[in-house]
Amino acid sequence: MNSALAKRDNFALLKKNMTSFWSIYRQNSMGLIGLVILLVFALMALFGPYLVEITVMAVDGVTQVIHPPTSGYWLGTDDLGKDILAGVIIGSRVSLLVGLAATAISMIIGTVIGIVSGFYGRAVDAVLMRITDVFLVIPWLPLMLVMAALLGPSLGNIIFVIGITSWAGTARIIRSQTLSVKERPYVERARAIGSGDTHIMFYHILPNVFPLIFANTVLVAAVAILSETTLSFLGMGDPTQVTWGMMLHFAFSMGAVSYGAWWWLLPPGICVVLVVLSFTFIGYALDEVLNPKLRRRDQ
Amino acid sequence: MKNEHTENNPLISVRGLEVYFAARSGFFSSLVSRKTSMVRAVDGLDFELGRGEILCLAGESGSGKTTTGKAILRLLEPTGGEVFFKGEDMNTFNRSRLRRFRQEAQIIFQDPFESLNPRQTVFSTVAEPLEVNHLTRDRSEKEERVAEALVDAGLNNPRELFMRYPHELSGGQRQRLAIAGALVLKPDFIVADEPVSMLDLSIRAGILKLMVDLRDDKGISYLFITHDLSLAWLISDRIAVMYLGKIVELGSADDVIKTPLHPYTKALVSVIPVPKRVSLIGKTLLEGETPDPVNIPSGCRFHPRCPEAQPRCSLEEPVYREVNLKHFGACHFI
Repeated sequence: MNSALAKRDNFALLKKNMTSFWSIYRQNSMGLIGLVILLVFALMALFGPYLVEITVMAVDGVTQVIHPPTSGYWLGTDDLGKDILAGVIIGSRVSLLVGLAATAISMIIGTVIGIVSGFYGRAVDAVLMRITDVFLVIPWLPLMLVMAALLGPSLGNIIFVIGITSWAGTARIIRSQTLSVKERPYVERARAIGSGDTHIMFYHILPNVFPLIFANTVLVAAVAILSETTLSFLGMGDPTQVTWGMMLHFAFSMGAVSYGAWWWLLPPGICVVLVVLSFTFIGYALDEVLNPKLRRRDQ
Repeated sequence: MKNEHTENNPLISVRGLEVYFAARSGFFSSLVSRKTSMVRAVDGLDFELGRGEILCLAGESGSGKTTTGKAILRLLEPTGGEVFFKGEDMNTFNRSRLRRFRQEAQIIFQDPFESLNPRQTVFSTVAEPLEVNHLTRDRSEKEERVAEALVDAGLNNPRELFMRYPHELSGGQRQRLAIAGALVLKPDFIVADEPVSMLDLSIRAGILKLMVDLRDDKGISYLFITHDLSLAWLISDRIAVMYLGKIVELGSADDVIKTPLHPYTKALVSVIPVPKRVSLIGKTLLEGETPDPVNIPSGCRFHPRCPEAQPRCSLEEPVYREVNLKHFGACHFI
């Protein structure tokens, strides 16, 4: 598969699949809404930090702390007089970055364990699935908290902790699809022409479970972003980074509730909810597109 | 037809081949009974396949034809018996010998819609055997061999097909593609598992002719698995009729079809369709279904459905013997 010919051939397939995929996807209004919200946040995370900076609001040399929204400071200020709108925009980058990096780790672990477990079966399957069960049944929030506390607050550790605790569901789904794909005659043909296990898993099973991996990624991403917020809110985040979770953490611990400073609590909270919602919408839409049985007739 | 194939030095000889599967029993019955029941899919087979010979394995579904083919190719692990390939006992094959064997023996599956990976192009489907066996690294040589295999399989202007996907081809073209994927390794032996049963009648003849031509040109031997005796008669040198995991009759294609010995073969031959209106009166129609291979009937395994069954048949298993010259059968009354 390393010839230029094969690459051209993969690209042609990708293009063809994407075209037909998009023509079905765009008929799903839920999926479109999710995509638009996600795009807005993605643009915000990409370009926002270059466009705004966190300034301190001061009137006649006096810092205006916990100031309600005014012109110039549309979302008001926090306990240090810092601009909350700028914080929300800049925080989007790390929040999304942590979510996506943790998702990538989770998907890689889940896919490898799922495929290996389903493909080899027997003892390998039994061992790997019992480990998966452990990760499935342990309440993930306490587990994450303990691990984050042990490893210490840094961005890398947060990504690692979320990734390592969220792969179990993916492994289960990928395993069940692998069980079905490995019984197809083309896998038997691959064996008959002398292919080894690794070749079969990589070239015959992986491409045929890929749609499922793709759809699952979106749902795991939603959970990962929520987890980042949760960890940061509970004080396990990296205090030197601005994230939505950290903003919520400081707002809560500095008494935003008792001040009635809604402009301080709501914006980062709403951003988290919107991003999670957009991933969930996209996830449902993908499920409908990739699973023809769920597709409505009138579409 | 040609009987010289079988004389000496056969390509494959099978001795007492057995493939048993553990039948899965329910949780409750596994508590009550300690005994695990076995599905005896292939229950002691003996036959030889000559070089350049086409041997048909015929029988109803569930008779163990496909299992036999896969066990010979070691896609399934046999539970007993020996298979000799070019005189070598396959039980002694180590990993590297088995890898070489994979280049010498190939399989063509029944359903060309299922046996090709939908995400592989024609080129990568046919080139894959060369790649996994590290036969060529040179790209132009690889393209050359792929094109050659496609032409051999009757797909002309192969380079135009390189970038196509299986779903863009017709059923006949797909089966030719599957054949090309086997031919590219230049095998000596092909198991053809009902290769035309999923194809339209009009396309079948072309595929069958291709397979016979390949035998004539390249000396490829076939184990041709089919449930269709008329097809077996058309294409094969010899026919082995299987029933519930055993060969009940084996002989040259003409002998088996024109002078069938075993009542089971007689029943199958009597219902071979002929291209004119005939009534079913006077035909031997078998009653019932093939029994469950977990509970194989006592004595002759065919006796519950045999129109000629006698009391003896349920008690004594008939011996498989040479009844006429090179024509074998297993029945008390032949």
